[in-house]
This record gives sequence, structure tokens and C-alpha cells, in this order.
Amino acid sequence: MIQRTPFANALTYCVMIFGFLLLIGPFIVIVSGASQTFQQVNAIPFSFMPQDRLLENMGAAWSRAHLGTAMLNSFVMASLVTVGKVALSALTAFAIVFFRTPLKGFFFWMVFITLMLPLEVRVVPTYAVAADLFQPVRLLISAVTGFEVSVDWNLLNSYAGLTLPLIATATGTFLYRQFYLTLPDELAEAARMDGSGAIRFFIDMLLPLSRTNMLALTTIMFVYGWNQYLWPLLMVTDPQYKTTMMSLVALLPSDNGTPDWNVTLAGSLIIMLPPLIVVAVLQRWFVRGLVATEK
Amino acid sequence: MDKRAAFRSWWLPSLFALPQIILILLFFYWPAVAVLRWAFTLEPPFGGAAEFVGFANFKEVFADPLYWNSVGVSLAFALCGTLATIFIGLVLALAVDRQLPGSAPFRFLYILPYAIAGPAAGMAFRFILSPERGLMASVNAAFPDFWNPAKYGSHALILVIVVFAWKWAGYTFIFLLAGLQSVPRSLIEAAAMDGCGPIRRAVDIQIPLLAPTLFFLLVIMMTEGFVGADTYGIVARTTDGGPNHGTDVMVYRIVEEAFRGLNYSGASAQSLVLIGLIMIFTFIQFRFIERQVHYK
Repeated sequence: MIQRTPFANALTYCVMIFGFLLLIGPFIVIVSGASQTFQQVNAIPFSFMPQDRLLENMGAAWSRAHLGTAMLNSFVMASLVTVGKVALSALTAFAIVFFRTPLKGFFFWMVFITLMLPLEVRVVPTYAVAADLFQPVRLLISAVTGFEVSVDWNLLNSYAGLTLPLIATATGTFLYRQFYLTLPDELAEAARMDGSGAIRFFIDMLLPLSRTNMLALTTIMFVYGWNQYLWPLLMVTDPQYKTTMMSLVALLPSDNGTPDWNVTLAGSLIIMLPPLIVVAVLQRWFVRGLVATEK
Repeated sequence: MDKRAAFRSWWLPSLFALPQIILILLFFYWPAVAVLRWAFTLEPPFGGAAEFVGFANFKEVFADPLYWNSVGVSLAFALCGTLATIFIGLVLALAVDRQLPGSAPFRFLYILPYAIAGPAAGMAFRFILSPERGLMASVNAAFPDFWNPAKYGSHALILVIVVFAWKWAGYTFIFLLAGLQSVPRSLIEAAAMDGCGPIRRAVDIQIPLLAPTLFFLLVIMMTEGFVGADTYGIVARTTDGGPNHGTDVMVYRIVEEAFRGLNYSGASAQSLVLIGLIMIFTFIQFRFIERQVHYK
């Protein structure tokens, strides 16, 4: 735009720099705090200069909160949520979009309604279901046949319990549906003309075409899975299955102990890094997925 | 919405949809029914079958002043958080959209806080805005007791709102920037020809044209503030709902009531109220999206 606006330009730069301080400033505080000694981090006023103790503090945090297992668990959980979501959503959207059956509308609405209730508001009964998975089956069997069966299977302290309820939502399905609807009708027609069946069409045409969508969904789902807090907190009692978000508590300085916030900050930095790297490196796809799933 | 050419089969789509349908039935519909059942029944404290009690659970919930406190806190949290995120996102999007030299890296940087989990951010902010160390200590040294979220409920509420706004500002920024980029260039240029400066153009052209996006974000962020995955995490790891229930948002109260108080019936009744609230939000959102499509 050719217009001389020195005042507005200066204001724009001020706003952008202010935004930088506001949104990136906390990261700077975390990094510099995490690299200082115990005395430096508690000094008033706080010094923004990073020091050289970052790795030592990270090491201390790593062993204090047993971050090794926690990182591994979080990674497995986030990957499973991602893979499950990306795969199942593609299949469901395929069934909803490319088939003409009376069940289509039923599937669509059934999946659609799940958008309304996030896990947080139905967390209590979902926990009860996970703690006693066969309750519905038992009730059904005893209602139909009159027999009481005693099969018990719970998902507490397992990767299945950590991930399955998180996969049971609709966001990904709608991302794929939106994309499938943009494909020209002729594509499926041509495939049929050439004698390809539905499965062949799905594997050889749809999947390669939806590669960008998959990447977008992968990035947001990985971040979503990694950042889960409430659900793992309820599902896991065994320290072997603790996720990183649960080890945050262990990182906090105790009320009467030494306030070694440098270690705490170093630990939370470790926990923040994986999703941060995903968003930073794959930002294009992340943004695309974000905008596409909401609309 | 329908595609013309479709494969004809009834068992194949069912097979394709089956895994997700089973998961949804098990982890969505079954729990949803359980919420309904628990909300209207009460389990005797020493075992035995649950009794149907009608609206007694709701009456008990509504008679509890702490419940109304949590409603007020949630309302303040969601409203202030939403307005703050949208305001920050809007101002930054307007600035970055001018595409002045050097503005590209900012666009990349502003999104980064959105990658951070609410609880992790909350813990970092416990340090950053702590009264004894971090950034606020110097202020407190000059004005004693100026800022103390561990002591004053209102300060704690501001603290959790700050964490929320910090995390979600990048999110509104993405949507508003996308919205700004779809404002016709010709309109902006015409206004510039008429002698409008950038600020005038923002106020009179860009912001009015962003109204659909702003409204969409308002609904999304209000929902997020009331029931979002991060709301619980932020409150739990920043303030633990305290001090003195000062940050006791509705989601936090439900979880506390259920898993610490073991009062499933009361928690379910509260969940139902919250579900009703989300349904209203979703309804507004879809009415609005319908209208938007209509205007296209």
C-alpha cells in the first residue's frame, strides 16, 4: 500500500513489540529462571539474564519428578491418541460421505452430537465406565437372557484407558468430512467406472489426497494428547503410568522446603518442549488444522 | 451436503464406521445416560440400590451458596478471559495484517503459547507472578501487599485469567488474522484513496467486517472458559480453586465434588446444568453460522 503513515507505522511496531513481550516474555522468564542458581532465581528484582545452569537444573528436575517414565508415557499416549484419531476419523468420514445408505444420517448425527459435550463435563460417568467397562454389556445380557454374568475388565492404569475416551469425539471426523465434500463427484464416478470398489478407492485415492489433512490433524492431536491433564489424573494411580502433566505436582517446591524454583521451571520447560517443537516446526499444518476443525 | 456419486452398500460403511461408533457409544452415550440417571437418583451411603429422588439433587445444589459462588467465578473467568483474549488477538492481528517489513516473525511467535498445556503454563505463572519472587516481587517491595494471589481471591482470579488469556490469545490471533486476510483489498485501497489512515480503516472497515469471526470467537471462547480442557488444568495447578473458593470455577467444583467429596449425584446434577449451558452456546453458534452461510 502506497501511503505515508509514519505515526501509524510506529504505533504498529510498538503494538507488535508489546505483543511479543506479553506472549513470549513468559518463555524468556522461564528459560532464564531455569538456567539460574537457587539464589539468583529468588533474587529481587528478577534478572532476565540466562545463566549457565540450565542443564544441571533440568537434570535435577528430571530425577526429582521421574520425568523419564513420564515423558515416555506422555509420548505413547499422545501418539496413540493421534494415530487412533487420524485413522478412525478417516474411516468414519468415508462412511458418512461416500455411501448412500439409510444409516448415513444416523451415523452423522451420532458423531455430530459428541461435539456438544467435552470430556470435562461428563468426566465423572466416563470414569465410571472406564473403571467397569463391561457394565453395559452385563446389563444388556441380564436384560435379554436373565443371566447375571460376572465379567470384569477395567481400563484404569492402562494405555487403553488413557487414550480410548479421548479418541471418542468428533473433531477429526469433521475435518475429513469437510475435505471429502470438496472433492469433485467425478472422482468417485471415474473410480467406479474403472472398476474400483469402495475399499480400493479409499486406499488408492482418498488417503493419498488427504495427506495434508492428516498432517494437520496429526499436529493438533499430538498437542491435544500431550496436554491432557484431568483424564490421566483420574485414570492413573500406578506411578508406572504417570504422564508429564501429573509430574508437575512433584516438581513444585514444597511449602516448607527450599523454594528452588529454578528446578521447577527447568522441569516445566522440559514438559513444555515437545508440543512447542511440534507447533513451531509444523506451524503451517497446525494452523490449517486448527482453522479447519473449528469451522 | 450429499454427494451424487456414491458407493452402494450398507454393510461396508457400517463396518468402516463401526470402531468409532463403538467408542462413542461406550465412552460418550453411555456416560451421558449415566449423568442423567445419577442426577435424579441418590445412592445410599452404605450401599444398596440407588433411589430415585426426583429433583432433590438439583435443589440441594441450588441451595448451596458455594455452588452459586462457583457460577459467579466461572462467569467472571469466562467473560474476562474471553474479552481479554479477543482484544489482544484483535490488536495483534490488525498490526501484523499491515505487513510492514519485519512483521513475519511475529506472526510465527504469537502462536507459540497455544502449544503449552494449561497446567504447565499455570505452574510457570505461579512463579512469574508470585508475590515473593519473579516479576511482581519488586512491585510488592515498593507497595507492600499490592499483589498476593495466595491471600486474596480477586488476585488469584486475575492470575488464572492472565494464564488463560496468555494461552488463548494466539488462538484468537490466528482466526482474526485469517479473517482480516479475507477482507477485500479493494475496500482498503479505496478507503486509503479517500484519505483514511490505517487506524481509521481498522475501526471503520476491518473491525465491522470481522464481526462474524469475532462473534464466532466469542462463543468458542466462552465455551472454552466454562468447560474447556484447560480451564480445569489452569485452576488446579495455579491456585487449587483457592484461596477461600476465590477461583472455584464450575468444572473444578464438579471434579472436586465427585472425586474428593464422592458425591456423584450432586456432581452429575451440576454437570447437567453445565451441559444445558453449553447446549445454549452451541445453539447460538449454529444459528449464527446458518445466518453466515445465508449471507454468502
